[in-house]
Amino acid sequence: MSKTYYLTTPLSDEEVSQLESGDIVYLSGTIYTARDAAHKRLVDLLDEGKELPFDIKGAVIYFVGPTPPKPGDPIGSAGPTTSYRMDSYSPRLIAEGLKGMIGKGKRNKDVTDACQEHKAIYFGATGGAGALLGKLIKSAEVIAYPELGPEAIRKLEVENFPITVINDTHGNDLYQIGRSQYEVK
Amino acid sequence: MREIQYKEIVKTVRDIIVYSASNLPQDALKAMEEAYENEKSPVSKEVLKQLLENAKIAREEARPLCQDTGLAVFFVKVGADVKIVGGLLKDAINEGTAKGYEEGYLRASTCEPFSRANLKDTVGYNLPAIIHLDIVEGDKIDIEYAAKGGGSENVSRARVFPPAAGKEGVIEFVRECISDAGPNPCPPLTVGVGIGGTFEKAVISSKHALFRDIGSVNEDPEMAELEETIKTELNKLGIGTMGMGGTQTVLAVHIEANPCHIASLPVSVNVQCHSSRHTHITI
Repeated sequence: MSKTYYLTTPLSDEEVSQLESGDIVYLSGTIYTARDAAHKRLVDLLDEGKELPFDIKGAVIYFVGPTPPKPGDPIGSAGPTTSYRMDSYSPRLIAEGLKGMIGKGKRNKDVTDACQEHKAIYFGATGGAGALLGKLIKSAEVIAYPELGPEAIRKLEVENFPITVINDTHGNDLYQIGRSQYEVK
Repeated sequence: MREIQYKEIVKTVRDIIVYSASNLPQDALKAMEEAYENEKSPVSKEVLKQLLENAKIAREEARPLCQDTGLAVFFVKVGADVKIVGGLLKDAINEGTAKGYEEGYLRASTCEPFSRANLKDTVGYNLPAIIHLDIVEGDKIDIEYAAKGGGSENVSRARVFPPAAGKEGVIEFVRECISDAGPNPCPPLTVGVGIGGTFEKAVISSKHALFRDIGSVNEDPEMAELEETIKTELNKLGIGTMGMGGTQTVLAVHIEANPCHIASLPVSVNVQCHSSRHTHITI
């Protein structure tokens, strides 16, 4: 039976280890946005032994490229993008202390293995619910790579952001569990 | 000859782009409401509820339904008795597209294929638009528009089969495509299937099939039956809304079939996410 948690970033090993696939989490605090191009740059920085533009320990990255804000709003629509495009970069960031990723869609074995080994969670947010999710973002500030436009790294403050545990630290996968219950062979 | 002003086309295109971004069309909304009623999985049902709430917020507050406001795709039929005054049709559509994306606060999602540099500052917002043109009888311009997102486009595929593959081959090809895609293209989906023609004709037909209203019946009874057969097969996959598991994986299957070469059976599958932002207008 799925449980509901209210968590605030940064996340600890203890907090993420208790979560199981299917649990609902309402997340508050600071999270960071990054898509393909930003991920490549973050991993390049690590390869060069340089510092990342934000503290990765306990951090949560949201895979999103928002629409531009209308005047007076902190951000536009901001739902998750498909996560597999970050699969080649995520394990490296998890090894550095990343505790959560928010996206949609399947991850590969390298990512789910890293989630188990280093204790990190892959969360799903509802794809295509950009208007609803964007309204839960209280502030947004570009902190790196403004030239990437929608793909720049943004620091977001969120309040009770609704996400679901897809891959937990125990090797479970909600997509497999959910589908197996309804598949007609 | 009927004269249509370049500026009128620009304004029409701009307006439908801005409107479509935050207003889910009636056919898609109705299909999502039906999916909500029919879904057996409580988890998928909850997500469908969130998506219907999202559509309401988007409509009432004029916020984009999804941050992926797509690439602009047009199927345009120009009457042979139309004269466009003040510029070229293609330029008018591109200018309207750039204005729509900029003035509607929609995302600039076009980039160079390898450097991935965003083209926003060089050639405008989301240009060039993807335009399929046809010349028809009459004195009107008929514009079908859809905002096509990347997630569902990324799982689309095409293949030319030998004729022996037949209907069974087509059904299996579509089934495999949607099964492999799983949660990635944001189900519940509309699945466009292009059959026959040449390789590129099948692909364009599968795209155009997505512009048809969800819930409409194929005029060709044989294809209407095949659509229902494929839809039933796909809903057995158990993928559900956003891949959470469930009975409502596809809202509709739309087929466009064409005569083809005696040696070939081209098939293309173009996938549309639940946020089927499409519209049709005549000038």
